[in-house]
Amino acid sequence: MNSLIFRTLTPFLVTIILVFSVYVLLRGHNEPGGGFIGGLIAASAMTIFGMASGVSEVRRALRFDPLAIAGFGVCIAVLSGLASLFTGSPFLTSIWLYLELGDTVVPLSTPLFFDIGVYFAVFGTISSVALSLEADESEEL
Amino acid sequence: MDATIALVAIGPFAAAALAPLINRYTKPFAGWLLALVPAAIFLYLLSFLDPIAHGETVRAAIDWVPAYGLELSFFIDGLSLTFALTISGVGALIVIYAASYLKGHHHLGRFLAFLLAFMGAMLGLVLADNLLALFMFWELTSITSFLLIGFDHARQASRRGAIQALVITNMGGLALLVGVVLTQVLTGEWDMSALREMDDVLRGHALYGLVLACFLAAAFTKSAQFPLHFWLPNAMEAPTPVSAFLHSATMVQAGVYLLARMTPVLGETNIWATLLTIFGGVTLIWGCLGALRQSDMKQMLAQTTIASLGLLVLLIGLGGELAISAALLYFVAHALYKAAMFMIVGAVDHETGTREITALSGLADKMPVTFISTALAVLSMVGLPLSLAFFAKEEMYYAVFKPEWQPLLILVVLVVGNALLAAVGLLILIKPFLGELSPTPKSPHEAPIAMLVGPLLLGGAGVVASLLIDWFSHDIVGPGATAILNEPVEGHLTWGGINWLSPVVVLSALTWLLGILAYTQGSRIRTVLRRGANAVGWTADTVFDAVMFGLIRFAADVTRLLHHGRLELYLGVVFIMFALALFVPLLGLGGLNALLPIAELGDWSNVLRWPDLRSYEWGVILLAAIGLLAVMLAGNRLFAIIALGIQGAALALIFLLFGAPDLAFTQFMVEVLSVVILTLVMTRLRLDEADKRPLEDLARDGTIALVCGLGVTLTLMVVLSGPLDLRLSEFYAATSVPIAHGANIVNVILVDYRGIDTLGEIAVVMGAGVAILALLRSRKRPIAPIIRAPLRRKAKS
Repeated sequence: MNSLIFRTLTPFLVTIILVFSVYVLLRGHNEPGGGFIGGLIAASAMTIFGMASGVSEVRRALRFDPLAIAGFGVCIAVLSGLASLFTGSPFLTSIWLYLELGDTVVPLSTPLFFDIGVYFAVFGTISSVALSLEADESEEL
Repeated sequence: MDATIALVAIGPFAAAALAPLINRYTKPFAGWLLALVPAAIFLYLLSFLDPIAHGETVRAAIDWVPAYGLELSFFIDGLSLTFALTISGVGALIVIYAASYLKGHHHLGRFLAFLLAFMGAMLGLVLADNLLALFMFWELTSITSFLLIGFDHARQASRRGAIQALVITNMGGLALLVGVVLTQVLTGEWDMSALREMDDVLRGHALYGLVLACFLAAAFTKSAQFPLHFWLPNAMEAPTPVSAFLHSATMVQAGVYLLARMTPVLGETNIWATLLTIFGGVTLIWGCLGALRQSDMKQMLAQTTIASLGLLVLLIGLGGELAISAALLYFVAHALYKAAMFMIVGAVDHETGTREITALSGLADKMPVTFISTALAVLSMVGLPLSLAFFAKEEMYYAVFKPEWQPLLILVVLVVGNALLAAVGLLILIKPFLGELSPTPKSPHEAPIAMLVGPLLLGGAGVVASLLIDWFSHDIVGPGATAILNEPVEGHLTWGGINWLSPVVVLSALTWLLGILAYTQGSRIRTVLRRGANAVGWTADTVFDAVMFGLIRFAADVTRLLHHGRLELYLGVVFIMFALALFVPLLGLGGLNALLPIAELGDWSNVLRWPDLRSYEWGVILLAAIGLLAVMLAGNRLFAIIALGIQGAALALIFLLFGAPDLAFTQFMVEVLSVVILTLVMTRLRLDEADKRPLEDLARDGTIALVCGLGVTLTLMVVLSGPLDLRLSEFYAATSVPIAHGANIVNVILVDYRGIDTLGEIAVVMGAGVAILALLRSRKRPIAPIIRAPLRRKAKS
């Protein structure tokens, strides 16, 4: 699988897939998409990257341990739920905030951050498993 | 006043949390600083003495589970006050002593934290009014004492002692839980203060025997009654300050406290009196003999603790004003002298390097203060006048001085027991301290001041209390006995009240004589007892080991049977259970009946009609069928995995066609990733390229697969045959945009309506990831085979 064409193509492919995964994540509330599927797409990008350039290269690019990213995701999700406690509502009650930036209105909400948490949790876990499986015996897991 | 009572129990825990920090930054003074907490508690509790002596009680409750009427309640009466004062008073001195005893130990902060947490648990236990709170603190004392006994965890003997104590006392703890719940069910009350107003509710009940058995099991395991006494000497593997605290004023006294506390509810029946006096009496004599058999001073003290516990249980069993007063007096006297003596033994061990009574002598000149404290403590242990224990002994003799054979028998047991305890006391006073100085591993010198304060104060307290016996009797024994007997008891002891010529005082003199006799024959008795023990060859201790070892072997066998590590069997079991789960409701609960009416009277024309599908829909189904067929016909595993992907992709197409783009989207991704990951797993596992199993294996697995598939199909048909309940869908469709501001209902459900489910799921996803990683990593590092070493027993002569 370590062909020249594949290796040359991979950076573009991975970039496009990652951008697409974020797009899928952000459109999720109104169109098909969301954190889970976005995370899966991003994880598949990492898998492709790993096949082309080796696992250690991917780990270097990620900077953080994939499982730590997953944990980060779960933490964001919990924190987004905790925010509602300050308004006196039950855990995970959504809060919406409409930011007016000139002509466009950007809706921000705790469900969005919750979804981002899901994205990271799925992305981290699946990447972690895939990378560990791809790693050669000699490589550090 | 309300909340401060709870603070008494919670304060030590807070101190425990801070102990490591305090120890780090105030190193030489950490013990003195931390002792301020129990000392403050002691002083605060002293302020209750007066109101409680006037017949008041104090109760404070905090809501716990208000929906069930459950409160975290605390209660102070004469009994709990006596115990709490002893615990906090002795505790303060122990903390000072421990910091000095373990000076320079790199885990001293941790040790002090354990000690303070234990103290908190114990204070909570004696102050708790609520039975569940009592149980909670009871278990907390078990756990914290486990940490304390096993503190020196690098030593196997220490670990074994800790585990043994935990196992035995926790069995009692479970019995206590059953007893507590039963009591609540039978009476409808959680609070002991309310229970004792109810008089005969429990005693008259048909289940009285069961409740009694539960509470007795709890008390006997905790208070080391024969034949469950053997954990207590093994708990001596703990550092000496732990022993000084656990085995004088706290842990083991919890059982005694429980018995005293439950006396108004469960006690004063025939069976109660019989069981308690028999077990208590046997434990008393057994402990004394055990003590005389030992030559290690700490072990001697441990065995006398067993004896003293037996004595207390015996007295509570006897009941009545005199016996209960004697029990309270003896409890305080014992806590004072036993804590002091443990500390002295620790100091001797610390300064000379040995605790063997045969190896020590003539220390009095080198350690004069220690010697004086020992003399004060032994005064109590022997029960001479000028000590609190003297009054306790007089009271207990009075209590059983009756011309009937049972009280007389008990009297004999008491006299012999007290005499043997006196002999042990004399041994510890005279052998190590008087006579010629003998060579020791370390050259003996006086212990540091922090290790002298405790024994001196505690030994002195026994004498001071005896000089203030009027006050002590009125303010402590009277209210305590009132609380135990649930009827007003006046303290009546005064020095002037002792008739020095009465037969009871004569009995005391007889006790001392017997004690001196036993002391002079000390080494001979030791030889005889050791020979006897060797002749029997086994003890409750060895039985415990055998049971534990058998349990471990049984667990290993069960694990090997169920956790055999053959994936095909696991999967087979999983899928067979799945098939059962599908077919049992279908057949047993009449699920199939929903399908039957449409196939009536052989008129299958309506049923077996060609579905009305569009051409591209047929195409998708054809694709799925091709995928499935390819999986089954594949000669090569890799090919089969990819073929499974075709089938999955076809399924995703179906979702897409029928209006579930989200699901289709996810299905596509999952298919791609699962093909990739399965391929990776395949290459990692280095399986054979092709699936080469015998035909019968294929037939078996194929059958299971067919049955499962049939089950799923039938279940789906049954589900679809009924009208679809659309209420939920309609609710989501109607409210998604106005409430959750999202047009994608699936996503709105995931992140908003059912957010907490999703939160749980991503946590599970991450947990599964961690588990998979652990598996993958363990494959790299081969697991060392588990070696089952026989439990080594400490060699005892």
